[in-house]
Amino acid sequence: MTPYAAAASVVDPELPLVTIAELGILREVTEDPGGRVTVSITPTYSGCPALDAIRADIATALTRAGYHDVEVRTHLSPPWSTDQITAAGREKLAAAGIAPPGPVLLQIRPRCPVCGSPDTEELSRFGSTACKALWRCRTCAEPFDAVKPL
Amino acid sequence: MVRPGTGAGEDELAYLRTDREFRNVLLVELPDGDFAVLIAKLLFLSAFQHLNYAVLAGGTGQLAEIAAKTVKESAYHLDHATQWTLRLGDGTTLSHQRMQAAVDEVWPYTYELFEDVPELRAPWLSTVDGVLTEATLTRPADTADSWKPTGGRSGRHTEALSYLLAELQVLHRAYPGASW
Repeated sequence: MTPYAAAASVVDPELPLVTIAELGILREVTEDPGGRVTVSITPTYSGCPALDAIRADIATALTRAGYHDVEVRTHLSPPWSTDQITAAGREKLAAAGIAPPGPVLLQIRPRCPVCGSPDTEELSRFGSTACKALWRCRTCAEPFDAVKPL
Repeated sequence: MVRPGTGAGEDELAYLRTDREFRNVLLVELPDGDFAVLIAKLLFLSAFQHLNYAVLAGGTGQLAEIAAKTVKESAYHLDHATQWTLRLGDGTTLSHQRMQAAVDEVWPYTYELFEDVPELRAPWLSTVDGVLTEATLTRPADTADSWKPTGGRSGRHTEALSYLLAELQVLHRAYPGASW
């Protein structure tokens, strides 16, 4: 397994259905001739409590894949945006009943992940985590989490 | 003395500085006993930070990178504080009274925010005025003899900071080097 594949297999501790690569958290993985692996990640929110767990999980995943000299670096620039969540990541979120974020610049209402209706309303700006909001579908009445565009 | 820029680590800066060595503005150390006061503090501070970090993000180096990240997050905090200010100010008679009392109580501490960046006060007032007006709240008047408490940036704090530090530092002082 390449060091990138090992790092990219790490899942988000709060959204274990998507990997850090799909969320856009994983920026770069390099291996120098001496076998030292450097992994660059970026925080979603700078106070995100999941970042320490992600850092530890990356080190564990790389060790399991046979890479024992690992450094995980945090980069802030350019700032993370929900626009960096990949298409595969968005599909997985929707399949799990979490509305993926729309493009940051458009600020459109999320579609209901259950029935697909665009007729939805925000119930609370904060959902099960600070990065999600609680919404409800006016068509099928199902409440759902939506990842906030950032 | 433990000072930033002297090679002291995060733990030394957080756990071993005395009140006189902290450089925060007074507004952020005021007690959060009343939820309306907490929201007023967050509204005034995040409106300021959003402007201040936008300026810093236009610079270069690591500070600009941190600021660029923080612009997005301060916008988020400002939005949160705005929603609550509207809900409390334009809510019930009691919530309106308490939100107005909080605005009046915290207002004097906002002057200190602009001591180093006076040019940001006009755009800040524009943001804050918009929120207070929509929330049916009255902005305290600016007069020449308005009380303008200051000193946080030079280490002269209110007694509230000492209570905060006592609570936040007690474990590290009792068990030096503790980690968990």
